[in-house]
Amino acid sequence: MQLVLQIIANGLLIGGLYALLAVGLTLIFGVLRVVNFAHAEFMMLGMYGAYWLWALYGLDPYLSVFLVTPVIFLLGVAVDRLIVRRSIGKPDVTVVFATLGLSIFLQNAALTLWRADIRSVSTFATGSVFVVGGVRLSVAMTVSFAVALLFALALWIFLTRTMYGKGIQAVAQNRRAAALMGIDVKRAYMITYSVAVAAAGAMGVLVAPIFTIFPRVGQTQIVTIFVIVVLGGLGSVPGAVIAALLVGIIRSGAGFLFGTAWGELAYFAVFLLVLIVRPQGLFGRRGAEVYGG
Amino acid sequence: MIALHEASITVEEGETVTVLGANAAGKTTLLNGISGLVPLRHGTILFNGESIENLPAHERVARGLIQVPEGRLVFPFMSVEDNLRLGAFTPRARVHLKSSLERVYDLFPRLPERKAQLAGSLSGGEQQMLALGRGLMALPRLLMLDEPSLGLAPLLVQEVMDRVARIRAEGVTVLIVEQNVNQTLKFADRGYVLENGWVALSGSAAELGASDEVRKAYLGM
Repeated sequence: MQLVLQIIANGLLIGGLYALLAVGLTLIFGVLRVVNFAHAEFMMLGMYGAYWLWALYGLDPYLSVFLVTPVIFLLGVAVDRLIVRRSIGKPDVTVVFATLGLSIFLQNAALTLWRADIRSVSTFATGSVFVVGGVRLSVAMTVSFAVALLFALALWIFLTRTMYGKGIQAVAQNRRAAALMGIDVKRAYMITYSVAVAAAGAMGVLVAPIFTIFPRVGQTQIVTIFVIVVLGGLGSVPGAVIAALLVGIIRSGAGFLFGTAWGELAYFAVFLLVLIVRPQGLFGRRGAEVYGG
Repeated sequence: MIALHEASITVEEGETVTVLGANAAGKTTLLNGISGLVPLRHGTILFNGESIENLPAHERVARGLIQVPEGRLVFPFMSVEDNLRLGAFTPRARVHLKSSLERVYDLFPRLPERKAQLAGSLSGGEQQMLALGRGLMALPRLLMLDEPSLGLAPLLVQEVMDRVARIRAEGVTVLIVEQNVNQTLKFADRGYVLENGWVALSGSAAELGASDEVRKAYLGM
């Protein structure tokens, strides 16, 4: 029993971190109809931000997250202006190449600037654990998990309880009609993209004490994140959170029972099964992938 | 492709003006050009004496230039009330959100009964009422209606046209594109006939209703 709880706890913790990436990716797709292949690269940049602020100034990631996140937000604004905005409404391949190209560019920029060395950050929390009911939890993971879920919750409240958030939802459901409501659709795109990549950056800072940092670290995560987004239902924020936790648990359970490689296989198997039964994903709406208006 | 070549139309405050024309005559393009959803190659749009043709769509809405689009385009996965609230998105309309909501619920008694329901689950007629109500929430200085009765059963067509007549009676300036020419001419002040992207005919509603061309082409007489 203890062991089962431990496996579930491990899965939930890692799943919560994925959730922060997945929520942004699903939101960008839902609102902009853009598949952001560069999403995990913003996490990588967040990790490097945390690393350099820690290495040069001794700043703890739990503090530097407040510095790095706004910077990544501004980077998101610039990327929207220079790349994303120009590809919207163009053929799908244009959108794919635009964000895929950005992904490759960012990876290689990181490689050029910071070399391929593997780096890591250690904080007061590194290596420390606490025990709840016999379950051992990493302090760093738990803090990151809590912050990730708080962020997802804040985003959800913004989207469903504020007028501007509803405006963004309106853009996702029908951009023509949204414009007729007086919503500045381009500005809604910019804010959505920037908030989403800032969340990825924040996630990067939070996992810097947990994962190793290298230029291609985003590529190790992006496939899992895509699986989560499609599993949860394209464009669904709660779907992304629940699918992230689910994938975390499946991975950790199957990984424990059959070995790590099987963990990967297991969540893909579940993914395929869900797609056969519910092609729109767990919380998705049929036809959500089709551009509405 | 150019759907609309040259169309000079005027709507005075408090007036109801209708634009008639066959399918693909350029009526929707005309409204979308005024709304700023499609760019204008040349020409000007004056609204309250201000030229607005270079403003993006949302800034035109902020000035009170409101369109209820063809096909209704309600936000399907949002509640009826959220749809209405979004109608009052602009700061000008938002300050009056509460009183506007009361007014719309008063005008369309079916909507308050369904306010928590998802807009996508409403019938076509109800969606049209919602789209009209959403347009009124914006406190329009000019309300442009694109085919409000399209695709509705005859009984509902009557109901929608009654509502439009009531909106007009409240003093809202209306520019309406409608295939239901007979009914529209009953409450419109003036009208234009659009043919292949050009204004072919214009005059008072009575004149248009009496013109042989209109009677033959649109009234089936």
